[in-house]
Amino acid sequence: MADAEIIPLGTRGRPGRGSGSAKPSASARNLAGGKKPARKQGGATSERQANARPDAAESPAAPQKAGRPPVPPEQEPGTTERLPPRAQEPTPRETSSTTTSDRAPGAGIPVTDWMQAFTSASKEVFGDNWEPKLAEFLAFLRRRITGDYTVDEYGFDREITERFFYSAIRPIADKWFRVEVRGIDNIPTEGGALVVSNHSGTVPVDGLVTGVSIHDHTGRHLRPLGADLVFRLPIVGEIARKGGATLACNEDAERMLRGGELVGVWPEGFKGIGKPYSDRYKLQRFGRGGFVSAALRTGVPIVPCSVVGAEEIYPLVGNVPALARLLGVPYIPITPFFPLLGPLGLVPLPSKWLIEFGEPIRTDSYDGGAADDPMLVFNVTDQVRETIQQTLYSLLMQRRSVFY
Amino acid sequence: MGRIVLVTGVSGDLGGRFARLLSADPAVERVIGVDVVPPRGDMGDVRFVRADIRNPVIAKVIAGEDVDTVVHMSVIATPGTAGGRSTMKELNVIGTMQLLAACQKASSLKRLVVRSSTAVYGSSSRDPAMFTEDMAPKRMPRSGFAKDVVEVEGYVRGFARRRPDIEVTMLRAANTIGPRVSSPMSQYFRLPVVPTILGFDARLQFLHEDDLLQALRHTATGGVHGTFNVAGEGILMLSQALRRLGKPSIPLPSFAASQVGSFVRQSRVADFSPEQMAYLTYGRGVDTTRMREVLGFEPEHTTASAFEDLRRALGPGPISADRVAAVEDMVTQALGAGRG
Repeated sequence: MADAEIIPLGTRGRPGRGSGSAKPSASARNLAGGKKPARKQGGATSERQANARPDAAESPAAPQKAGRPPVPPEQEPGTTERLPPRAQEPTPRETSSTTTSDRAPGAGIPVTDWMQAFTSASKEVFGDNWEPKLAEFLAFLRRRITGDYTVDEYGFDREITERFFYSAIRPIADKWFRVEVRGIDNIPTEGGALVVSNHSGTVPVDGLVTGVSIHDHTGRHLRPLGADLVFRLPIVGEIARKGGATLACNEDAERMLRGGELVGVWPEGFKGIGKPYSDRYKLQRFGRGGFVSAALRTGVPIVPCSVVGAEEIYPLVGNVPALARLLGVPYIPITPFFPLLGPLGLVPLPSKWLIEFGEPIRTDSYDGGAADDPMLVFNVTDQVRETIQQTLYSLLMQRRSVFY
Repeated sequence: MGRIVLVTGVSGDLGGRFARLLSADPAVERVIGVDVVPPRGDMGDVRFVRADIRNPVIAKVIAGEDVDTVVHMSVIATPGTAGGRSTMKELNVIGTMQLLAACQKASSLKRLVVRSSTAVYGSSSRDPAMFTEDMAPKRMPRSGFAKDVVEVEGYVRGFARRRPDIEVTMLRAANTIGPRVSSPMSQYFRLPVVPTILGFDARLQFLHEDDLLQALRHTATGGVHGTFNVAGEGILMLSQALRRLGKPSIPLPSFAASQVGSFVRQSRVADFSPEQMAYLTYGRGVDTTRMREVLGFEPEHTTASAFEDLRRALGPGPISADRVAAVEDMVTQALGAGRG
């Protein structure tokens, strides 16, 4: 059937300006500066030609045709990529004098302009001292692409953590949650230490923010201990390992503490982050106290850490236990905004955060067998738990409002 | 008087090289190589005895030659060379049982060295970062090479209990790579486009082939009773290793990966057993403190330098470091030109 031929919209299959006719439209002829096609105009041709010729000679790139910026005549030749003017000369009388090359984007922007734009963009991104910084960034990119970096035995990738993960979380911590850190001096500047913190907020954002705050104030990396679910999940587990986390088991905890790392642990685990909003700031059970026995065995101090503000970021008002069981996760959160508002509900509420590090609890005074004495382990666990709970209450008293 | 050493599995590449290396050692008087097929290359001073370790004949060889050290190397990792998984299992497990039965009868025997593998630890999300020798796997390997190794180690431990006068050393070697050895991991890295598991980045640890041979020699000539992890220092992430190779990779979701894995396995290009999949998903690291301090062995290569040796043998990939550096230079120069 004749209808079946494919006709592009408006052009009837012919290449051109879209009116469908081979001739340029009236407006196109106007745009072309009154130069009418030679064949149709008969006697007027010579006159028009006489007009057109000097015109073309004066500004060879025919500036007024396609809205190209006029090229200043004093510009030195060779720096621009403009078209050779003579090549256009024989064609203008054939159809339209507007050629496709005139319409090529960027053809008229000189290289120097490109460079200038690039330079100012670099200045914008990297600051005044942009050149070494850009070179450094390129070197970083090369190292990443060629795998020329090192990771430690837990899979911690220092470079990507400092350059990427911390930079991504820092604005959220500083601008959105306006984190206020207290008692940072209680974090030892060197050697192993165990930071024990409360856990809250449906999504473990508090761990990430604590890590960034510690790094920004002391320069040390907090090495979180994560539940095995974290390492079972694709992508999450990969990022956690690269960010310095490892599995929360006695072997790894003791190994890290012996290696002089600053280890972070959230003994409440999923009971802490998945508790309903009505239970906010009530510490849950502290597991079996495995973290205390790890600290006792390695003789490192325990630094209690209390985080206020994380409870309010995603107020957990409901749970779908059946779906959670089906998916093999501890809970499926329902907040006032999620899943009601869809992705928008994932934006955390901008609560004001206070992080306080308490006085370190020393464990090096206990003798060798202390870690195997369950009563002692439970006592120290309770001591840590009580310290965090009391600090939480006093921070809540000091807080004027949830949001500022 | 030097030692008389019997080495099993000498027709394999590593076994043959180890037997030659050992025969050059001044502390060793004689090396007897045993395998079911004759070795291909030149064996030097090694006396080859064609015998099947699945057969009681091996006892006569040990008694007749007055062997005082047995190095058991014929626990094989890939079914490819053996001709099928069932043959491989029979070679590994029944072979070890027969060999140990022969050893138990041999009164001249003083030392037994078994080349085991870190595959006994398995790979799972619940693994500690670094396995020490006294840790058990979090998830028992249920099939393949790893299960064979678990069973072999069980028999060896039983043997050590029954003959406490014999010094029994088990070397749990990490994945052995190098320019010449053909192991599941080196086959994997030889693939033109390397499939990986989406969303996981395994921690890998390697042992250079030369270091494995040296570790075995060290143990055979003056070992210590016990089990030791043998591996290079340090960890490489799988993604990092592939970037160093400059090879493109395709991340596959884990369910698709097992399909592709079984297809690749059938086509005999590379071995993608379920345990290999688990290893490529979660990886594994082993602690080598006991190797250094108790066994007194120090590998020459780290994980990274062993991998570098393999990379040199494989040649540069499409995204090689030179090309990336050239692009970086080009960009830097273009910037310099634009400014000046």
